Amino acid sequence: MRIEARENVSLTLRTLAPVVAVAAAMAVCSVLLLWAGASPLEGWALMLKGALGSRFAITETLTRATPLVFTGLAAAVAFRAKLWNIGGEGQFYIGAVIATWLGAGSFEMPAYLMIPYLFLAGALGGGLLLLVPTLLKTRLQVDEVVTTLLLNFIVLLFVNWLVFGPWKDPMAMGWPQAAPVVDSAVLPQLFAKSRLHLGFVLALVCAMGTWWFMRSTVWGFEIRAVGASPRASRFAGMPVNAVIVRTALLSGGLAAMAGVSELCGVKGYLTLDLSPGFGYSGIVVAMLAALHPLGVVASSLFVAVIYIGADSMSRAINISNYIADVTTAVCLLAVLVSMFLAKYRIRWR
Amino acid sequence: MTHTVLKLQGITKTFGPVTANRDVTLELRHGEMLALLGENGAGKTTLMSILFGHYVADAGTVEVFGSVLPEGSPRAALNAGVGMVHQHFTLAGNMTVLENIMLGTEPLTAVRHDAASALRTLRALMDRFCLAVDPAAMVRDLSVGEQQRVEILKVLYRGARILILDEPTSVLTPQEADHLFATLRQLVGEGLSVIFITHKMREVMAASDRCAVLRHGELVFEAVTAETTAGELARAMVGSEIPKPRRPEPREGDEILCLQSVGVAGAGDKQRLRNCSLALKAHEILGIAGVSGNGQSQLADLLAGLVVPETGEIIIAGEGLERPTPAAMIARGVGRVPDDRTGTGLVADMTVEENLSTEVYRLPGFARRGVLNFKALASRAKQLIEAFDVRCPGIDTPVRKLSGGNMQKLILARILSNAPSIIVVNQPTWGLDVGATAYVHQQLLDAAKRGAGVVLISEDLDEIFHLSDRIQVMYQGALSEPLATREATREQVGLLMSGNHASGASRCTSGSNDAGAAA
Repeated sequence: MRIEARENVSLTLRTLAPVVAVAAAMAVCSVLLLWAGASPLEGWALMLKGALGSRFAITETLTRATPLVFTGLAAAVAFRAKLWNIGGEGQFYIGAVIATWLGAGSFEMPAYLMIPYLFLAGALGGGLLLLVPTLLKTRLQVDEVVTTLLLNFIVLLFVNWLVFGPWKDPMAMGWPQAAPVVDSAVLPQLFAKSRLHLGFVLALVCAMGTWWFMRSTVWGFEIRAVGASPRASRFAGMPVNAVIVRTALLSGGLAAMAGVSELCGVKGYLTLDLSPGFGYSGIVVAMLAALHPLGVVASSLFVAVIYIGADSMSRAINISNYIADVTTAVCLLAVLVSMFLAKYRIRWR
Repeated sequence: MTHTVLKLQGITKTFGPVTANRDVTLELRHGEMLALLGENGAGKTTLMSILFGHYVADAGTVEVFGSVLPEGSPRAALNAGVGMVHQHFTLAGNMTVLENIMLGTEPLTAVRHDAASALRTLRALMDRFCLAVDPAAMVRDLSVGEQQRVEILKVLYRGARILILDEPTSVLTPQEADHLFATLRQLVGEGLSVIFITHKMREVMAASDRCAVLRHGELVFEAVTAETTAGELARAMVGSEIPKPRRPEPREGDEILCLQSVGVAGAGDKQRLRNCSLALKAHEILGIAGVSGNGQSQLADLLAGLVVPETGEIIIAGEGLERPTPAAMIARGVGRVPDDRTGTGLVADMTVEENLSTEVYRLPGFARRGVLNFKALASRAKQLIEAFDVRCPGIDTPVRKLSGGNMQKLILARILSNAPSIIVVNQPTWGLDVGATAYVHQQLLDAAKRGAGVVLISEDLDEIFHLSDRIQVMYQGALSEPLATREATREQVGLLMSGNHASGASRCTSGSNDAGAAA
């Protein structure tokens, strides 16, 4: 068996490959459905219906995609500079913590000031959090994969302490959660009777902005160059460490905005289950998008469709919701493999 | 005893629209040294990769000792007795010589490595072919010449009877190259057969029995070396006459760059610089000769602004430089051409346009309030690839798809477009073909004519003598006193390169007698 790079990847192949991959993943998961005693065809129909079959389903899917766009952009920006930020989860929670700290009644402001204020403050917090491992990397060559990953647990334990301790809401009947944010901090809903909120629009704006930033600005150019070759960038006179620090502030900020958006747009108050791993999923989203900021939007939607659809299916036909997790995982794996196969060809001989 | 050991029959290989080899038929005989010549991109490496099973030919067969090799199997080639020494070594730096040689020869499932018997075999090979390397030495501590010896031992250890060497001398000094060819002679004397790929005429004429020339993927010329001339080979390679660089009359200029007793700490495998002094004048090309690894790369890094001197001073246009950085060097009009084109000189994954922009994108006119002016950058890039004859499909082509010669033209375009007053080039024609080499030389001579001072760091003595007005020799991190090229001899410089400072420095003009005696 040998692997050869394809000369020119045709557009048909590039678009067809993920489709085939999803079909293959569904075939694999059909076996599981059969095993669980359900009809695969019915299952897949329910999945599609659950994710896209109604106005409610669609808004739920978009709601789920919103934090993924932010964390996906965070990973895409950082990975572009070869800054391996695995700490999206921690930065997400720092965003949520700051939004609670400033937004849960310590002072009042009109919504048009409060919301931007919370997003900016949250982003700053996330950026500063990522600055710690980044400075350790630039100054002391400490591997940021390890430090950013471990920082997630520190932040999560910190949140744990907050919601069980000083921030525990006395009105929450003993649940470990913080007091909800004030009304002016709540992100307005986009449509009646749905959870889709302003954060989604902001996420799209951020995706466009990031794309423009990376493509057209001096700083974006430097990030791409440093990521592609730190040596050559340094030789050409670029301030490599400063570029990495800037990237960290941007990436951490974007991940933290996901936390602000979830807190102020969906849940309203800080708990330990605010994120079902959005920070980590952001890495998958970014990889699926090949680190392209606009691709992040598409891949966030794709991941959200699988999450929501599989979840809904497992509930509708009363099978274990682990099947939803397996479906998600197999789909993502299959798409990543198909992206590889679109670029390379395997020859059997 | 001149039976055929290897036969390539009608090899054709295309990569998309490019034909790398077209119907190439070539024979190698027992005990023969065959030189395969051709410009970069002529298809030499592709042909050898097919022979070795890295690529599968579209048509044609490879026959070794009378039997046809299965396609696309390096293992089959190895088993048939074909060994390849690549231009870029495939050694693990953190392992010893012996471990590197054993690597891949023992079954993965073996519980215990039989190092003792491997060592015996290795020692026998070393004795037989006079290839001395310390088997216990870490490969990363070896010089390039020694690493190449390890590569050769590796293929011999695997029982190769046919040796293929891809551009074997491109990383060697003249002395190391002579040593290599002596070794190859010995191998051939023992009944092995050797193909070496090259584009250096001197090597072909000096070392090979027979030579074959590839041009645009086709075999255009084949001859017994003794019956042909360098001129004939060059014409066959290029397809036309090569332009000879025009050398302007030397002119005296002002001193524009001065190093005063500069010392730089060593880093990793890099030699430290000791007490280096040089003075470069406008209109002048100053050649820095030396055997590889004597501090040339630290000197290049120093002048590129990548390392900070521990002692001494860098003075540019009469002004001392406190903490040199690459940006400060660029701002002071220093144009730098590094030896490592793809890793240091260029961002290989970015486009031609982006690479041409890396030193100017912040300047007014190319960026306003932090936003890039793509129109200006693109038109500049188009102008430059036109002016410097960079062959590429367009300015959007990723640089890694360009040939070495075109990469070097790209770097020259980038720095010369800034009209530098000082140019620092390190191994500027390393791995380039005849045409590209002539182009680079002409550009450097033209820049000197326009008033720039050029520091030419090169391990190629021909190049040094050909271009320089004055020569300084680097040995173990120290620079010799300058010699005027007109008065210097190759022997003199060679002696300084081997560290013979007793006859060097101030007495070197009268030292040629010593050199003759030593040689």
